[in-house]
Amino acid sequence: MSIILDHVNHIYEAGTAMEFAALKDINLMIPDGQFIGLIGHTGSGKSTLVQHLNGLLVPTGGNIYYNGADIHDNDYNKKELHSKVGLVFQYPEHQLFEIDVFSDVCFGPKNLGLSKKEVELRAYAALKQVGLEDEYFYQSPFDLSGGQKRRVAIAGVLAMQPEVLILDEPTAGLDPKGRDEILDRIAGLREETGMTVILVSHSMEDVAKYVDRIIVMNKGQVMLDNEPREVFRYYRELEEVGLAAPQVTYIMQELKRNGFDVDTDIITIEEARKAILDALKI
Amino acid sequence: MLRDITLGQYYQTDSIIHRLDPRVKLVTTVCYIISLFVVDNIVGYILAGLFLALVIKLSKVPVKFMVRGMKSILFLLIIALIFNLFLTPGEVVVSFWKLQITKEGIRQAVFMAVRLVFLLMGSSVMTLTTTPNQLTDGMEKLLGPLRVLKVPVHEIAMMMSIALRFIPILLEETDKIMKAQMARGADFESGNLIKKAKSLVPLLVPLFISAFRRANDLAMAMESRCYRGGEHRTKMKPLIYKMRDRLAYGAVLCYLVLCVVCGKILW
Ligand SMILES: Nc1ncnc2c1ncn2[C@@H]1O[C@H](COP(=O)(O)OP(=O)(O)OP(=O)(O)O)[C@@H](O)[C@H]1O
Ligand SMILES: [Mg+2]
Repeated sequence: MSIILDHVNHIYEAGTAMEFAALKDINLMIPDGQFIGLIGHTGSGKSTLVQHLNGLLVPTGGNIYYNGADIHDNDYNKKELHSKVGLVFQYPEHQLFEIDVFSDVCFGPKNLGLSKKEVELRAYAALKQVGLEDEYFYQSPFDLSGGQKRRVAIAGVLAMQPEVLILDEPTAGLDPKGRDEILDRIAGLREETGMTVILVSHSMEDVAKYVDRIIVMNKGQVMLDNEPREVFRYYRELEEVGLAAPQVTYIMQELKRNGFDVDTDIITIEEARKAILDALKI
Repeated sequence: MLRDITLGQYYQTDSIIHRLDPRVKLVTTVCYIISLFVVDNIVGYILAGLFLALVIKLSKVPVKFMVRGMKSILFLLIIALIFNLFLTPGEVVVSFWKLQITKEGIRQAVFMAVRLVFLLMGSSVMTLTTTPNQLTDGMEKLLGPLRVLKVPVHEIAMMMSIALRFIPILLEETDKIMKAQMARGADFESGNLIKKAKSLVPLLVPLFISAFRRANDLAMAMESRCYRGGEHRTKMKPLIYKMRDRLAYGAVLCYLVLCVVCGKILW
């Protein structure tokens, strides 16, 4: 059970003067249960890439396999794929439309043709998973705050109980508290269900704490693809493409340069605290 | 699919047609449309076709791009064809059941189709080679004299330019929302008419909300830049006729004369 991208290319507006190669020869293997951070500068092709994973965009070259089947075969069930690979779009609150929060979350599972009871159970569970309090369930989604809307939209996809959850910049435009809450929820959810999660972001800080693997995109190509620690070793290269390693990485590098015996591979504040205390003890 | 609608979309490239003064293009388009309704014989249509072909060639816009726009009027075209074919009285060629096709009907239908296609292509060339801003600048300047009659020329031009500018944005937005709802299992294609209409709700509600939000943002942005209409406003790039614009006017005049001559000779 996995997603495989084989020499995937995507050209927007092919054959016109606006032709733009957004993806260039992408080869990836995404095994089950991994927590992946997809990182890249604005316009590097992250959103384009994730829309290929659930078949919404058709590659202009190459193939995509989900659980061993080519998703663009004529007899492949695209609708089922949409439910298996759940994609939460950038600014997902723009897709809300129902009169109340609960019915909006029901939209996804209802489209799967489930019984009314099952639909409601799933919607309820999803809203609980994103941590929205009961009092909001029967309010208009348009009356909620930005962070709450975002949660409702994420619940709308979770309610379809996907095997793979892709979130395109779920924290864009949220304050630090809202951001941490959402990311913590997602991490918790993944612990609970063991589903594959792909988190798109342009902030290393956001993902460093949570993910097992980081894929760095640059100008439509995969630039780095490794464990967070390994990726952050290339912080100079990352800076060149408009990204940066987490700030602790810089602090550790600086401490090392100033003669402290610390590990420079540290990526979270917790680890850094421990390492600095250890270094000072001696 | 939605991108097939080319009317109101600008095609970015550098050509002599792109560089022409928008007033020239507006006047030419109007003249061309008039000429299509004036000519009434084969030579005239060939002339109109040649003129259009020349302009398209010069504009460097791929023909493919324009033909794509035709799809959106296919339905209209077919209706016009059928009506003309069957409802024009005259010398009967074929007749079955209660319907009859006449010689005049065929002629009328073919001319009608050609006229429609040329009409749409002609106006597409203008919108494809002129940015909405230029277009409204040109319009404002051309309609300027009407200000004497208290016509709010600037306001009309501004509204037009905003409307034109928002067509591609809204199309893009539609595309995005459609994809987002498809990711939630929405199905916009199958089912009967009622089901299809119902399936549009998840698309239209967010679209309207977003349109209103954008309108609001735009109003706010204009307000905070102290926008206050046409009175005493100067332009950053005032429209000034250049040599090529005079030549273009000359060419259009020649075309019109030829059209009239053709009409007269073959009358
Ligand atoms: N529908 C489209 N038509 C034409 N070009 C597009 C379209 N969508 C995206 N692009 C172009 O493809 C490139 C990659 O876009 P994409 O949205 O994948 O970037 P991204 O990495 O998600 O950026 P961001 O961080 O801003 O969301 C951009 O340069 C963009 O201009
Ligand atoms: Mg994006």
